[in-house]
Amino acid sequence: MTTESLIGQEVKRVEDQALITGRGRYVDDLRLPGLLHLALVRSPYGHAKINRIDVSAAANAPGVVSVFTGADLAEQLGSLPAGWVLIPEQTGGEPMATPEHPPLAVEKVRYVGDAVAAVVADSPAAASDAVALVDVDYEPLPAVVDAEQATMDGAPEIHEGVANNKSFDWTVAAGDYDAAAAAADVVVSERIVNQRLIPNPMETRGIMADYNGGTEQLTIWTSTQIPHLVRLLFALVTGHPEHKVRVVAPDVGGGFGCKLYLYAEEVIVGMIAKQLERPVKWIESRTENYVATTHGRDHIADAEICGTSDGIVTGLKVHVYANLGGYLSTFAPAIPTILFGLMLGGCYKFENLSCTVAGVFTNTTPVDAYRGAGRPEATYVVERMMERYAHEIGRDVLGVRRRNFIRPFRRGHDMPIGVTYDSGNYQGALAAALDKFDYQAFRQEQRDARREGKLLGVGFSTYIEICGMAPSAVAGALGAGAGLWESSTVRVHPTGTVTVFTGTSPHGQGHETSLAQVTASRLGIPMENIEIVHGDTERHQFGTGTFGSRSLAVGGEALMMSLDKVIEKAKEIAAHEMGVDSKQVSFENGTFYVEDIQEREIPWGDVALGAYHAKNLPDGLEPGLEAVSFFDPQNFTWPFGTHIAVIEIDEMTGETKLNRYVAIDDVGNVINPMIVDGMVHGGIAQGVGQALQECAVYSDDGQLLTGSMMDYAVPTAEDLPSFETGRTVTPTTVNTLGAKGAGETGTIAASPAVVNAAVDALKHLGVTHLNMPLSAEKMWRTIEDAKEARRARRSAAARGGN
Amino acid sequence: MNVEVTITVNGTEHRLQVQPRTLLSTLLRDELDLTGTHVGCDTSSCGACTVLVDGNATKSCTMFAAQADGSSVTTVEGLASNGELHPIQEAFREMHGLQCGFCTPGMMITAVQILERNPSPSEAEIRSGLRGNLCRCTGYHNIVRAVQHAASSAGGA
Repeated sequence: MTTESLIGQEVKRVEDQALITGRGRYVDDLRLPGLLHLALVRSPYGHAKINRIDVSAAANAPGVVSVFTGADLAEQLGSLPAGWVLIPEQTGGEPMATPEHPPLAVEKVRYVGDAVAAVVADSPAAASDAVALVDVDYEPLPAVVDAEQATMDGAPEIHEGVANNKSFDWTVAAGDYDAAAAAADVVVSERIVNQRLIPNPMETRGIMADYNGGTEQLTIWTSTQIPHLVRLLFALVTGHPEHKVRVVAPDVGGGFGCKLYLYAEEVIVGMIAKQLERPVKWIESRTENYVATTHGRDHIADAEICGTSDGIVTGLKVHVYANLGGYLSTFAPAIPTILFGLMLGGCYKFENLSCTVAGVFTNTTPVDAYRGAGRPEATYVVERMMERYAHEIGRDVLGVRRRNFIRPFRRGHDMPIGVTYDSGNYQGALAAALDKFDYQAFRQEQRDARREGKLLGVGFSTYIEICGMAPSAVAGALGAGAGLWESSTVRVHPTGTVTVFTGTSPHGQGHETSLAQVTASRLGIPMENIEIVHGDTERHQFGTGTFGSRSLAVGGEALMMSLDKVIEKAKEIAAHEMGVDSKQVSFENGTFYVEDIQEREIPWGDVALGAYHAKNLPDGLEPGLEAVSFFDPQNFTWPFGTHIAVIEIDEMTGETKLNRYVAIDDVGNVINPMIVDGMVHGGIAQGVGQALQECAVYSDDGQLLTGSMMDYAVPTAEDLPSFETGRTVTPTTVNTLGAKGAGETGTIAASPAVVNAAVDALKHLGVTHLNMPLSAEKMWRTIEDAKEARRARRSAAARGGN
Repeated sequence: MNVEVTITVNGTEHRLQVQPRTLLSTLLRDELDLTGTHVGCDTSSCGACTVLVDGNATKSCTMFAAQADGSSVTTVEGLASNGELHPIQEAFREMHGLQCGFCTPGMMITAVQILERNPSPSEAEIRSGLRGNLCRCTGYHNIVRAVQHAASSAGGA
């Protein structure tokens, strides 16, 4: 295989050798001499005043080194920041509320799991034993967990002075929805709940910190997706200088968005290590993870769609109560607003859109990005309402979609909402999906099955998403507190081997493989000669991290820029060596040559050595061969596709099973199809998990009732079928790789496809909507209620007939 | 208060003094520094900590070290032999059966057990056998392929 052909090849992963032999290094696998262990005392109440904390028994317990309360550390710890502050132009002129968020609560706790004290001991067991000895006198307060109820007059006040617990009322609109609705033949409305989910990466969070009082250097190892942003925010919050903090993300066992913030524990562990001048480690238990790591989704959406009676959609209106939890997590304000509202046009032509989002504090774990982050919620509303509308007018769901699709485009399509899609062919993706799935045959099978008492349904999701986060100027104008570009360094060593430093920070996505494929293909050298380095602020200049399907679309492009710079300089060196002008030099397959002059040929390695030996460099050229680049995209990327779910419902038990799943995704050009397929599989599993079984449930007083893996239904291998995946390829013009991003497609597309399928299966019973998850009990009740209603209708009709 | 445990791990015998409450997973990770065995939950649900105890796939977070006294344990570090990867390790790499890698050691150990008991399992049997091991990255699709691949390369169906 020549290296040129590595793009688009299913290269086996570089990462795997360590991970399959037990040589992975996750935070909990790291050890330091003299290591202390930290455990946190967490609130058992959803909402309570802290009257007093007595740490004396804990402080005197065996093995305990120190106990800290919020009051002890208030000054050092500061307040956790809102990393995205929505602009007043979009929040009705009112600045959004950004209340204080002390890493250790001082006066009040606002959710079960809010940390109030930290115990440091010489073993994990001694630390957790002593947690039980910390005596906290709480005064319970009335709590509220539902975002809509929290806005009502008389609801408990969670943050002082935040009226109706609203952080913001965010608005975006296009056209004139009210006029469209007034003129429409049909207006359909539905309350659509997108339930709260718990991300559940298999590795919980973990942090270790070490401080050297002599150099004032603080090192923090943390299971994060954004080491540089953690360092920056840590420095801003604590005042510890940024250049004296090193943040390392070692192997990270999954993230899915929930390791995308500066967390309280990072500040607590870091500052306690500094104070004690001893290394300190905190490993989150799964029980803690359920309450202390951010949750996702939790929208109550009131949606309305309008259109003609023959299938032309003219407008969509959505009002959302978005649950933010007890405090603002780092990116929380952007998720239910920017990443939701700007997606509501879907892949459709309608021009009238109205979206309002109330961001609401409740006595629950903070809510922030979870795989897809705002985009699954938007896609769910759009794709659910498209089918709801099609049913209402008695038309086929695919016919209605085709009628409203934006026509294929390769170079930009302006949406009424003010964004520009990069490239799209929604008809193409649907056609490719229908190549794998015989729709007409299924309809026949469905009718036959129904006669046998078997309920089958098919559901579609012709989704789009916003990826390639993000053009910094656009994000900044909308309230982002940081740039969202990406950086790379390509360092060519004298022997011609290469180290690539990337600001992206993988946690399962296989960047060490994909980025090496890109590098090998461009330089014409074997992948074995390339090392990809990530996740360490001391080894690499500032970078943004991995989220929003950005690593290849933004980070890959930053790498391409550095590769080009290195090649340009190498050409100058090679030209000088060959006695020609650098413009005459070509570079291919690792060789510099001059067209038509056969003997003028220099291999890559010789040029690399020449760059460092520096005995024969062109006048004025610096020695060395290294380049740094920062890529800031001009637009987001907009992947799309068609997913099809086939489900079967057991009429007697309500049990709902996914029989078949077809996914056609268009993520632009693909570097490694094996890796892309793998991410699509995982995304589908999470989307199907939401549709069928996952749901975080709180009691009214703020207890998380689904607080463990025994209670929260993470899908198992038995819950899922194999998936049928495929692709169409419509490259983006936003980067030269043509890559759009592939990390979130499945999660965004899957839940509406599955729910649409369930509604399709029950349509003949008069069912128009179902809220997730489609548990057996819910489905059984739905079927029984629908049958009862049908019986009542029939007997009323019979009486009327008499 | 400590108890003495004699345990053979990946072919090497160890004699250790541990607290009675010490879990087998803790012994492996903290006493023997075999950190390939991961702990992903505290309810015996996720299976990341699965090891073979006297040949039986066992969640090492759900067994006291003292209970493993006299046992022979195989962890992920013991799967390869003489520098050769175990067929299940080869299969996970070949079929892209892992992403973040955190569930992988336990997943592979369980897969070894599945194939020992049934050298040519159906897809449904593989999925049933894996239900005690959670993965959040792969949707299990390629893990199932990996087990099938290992079965066929070992001469199974």
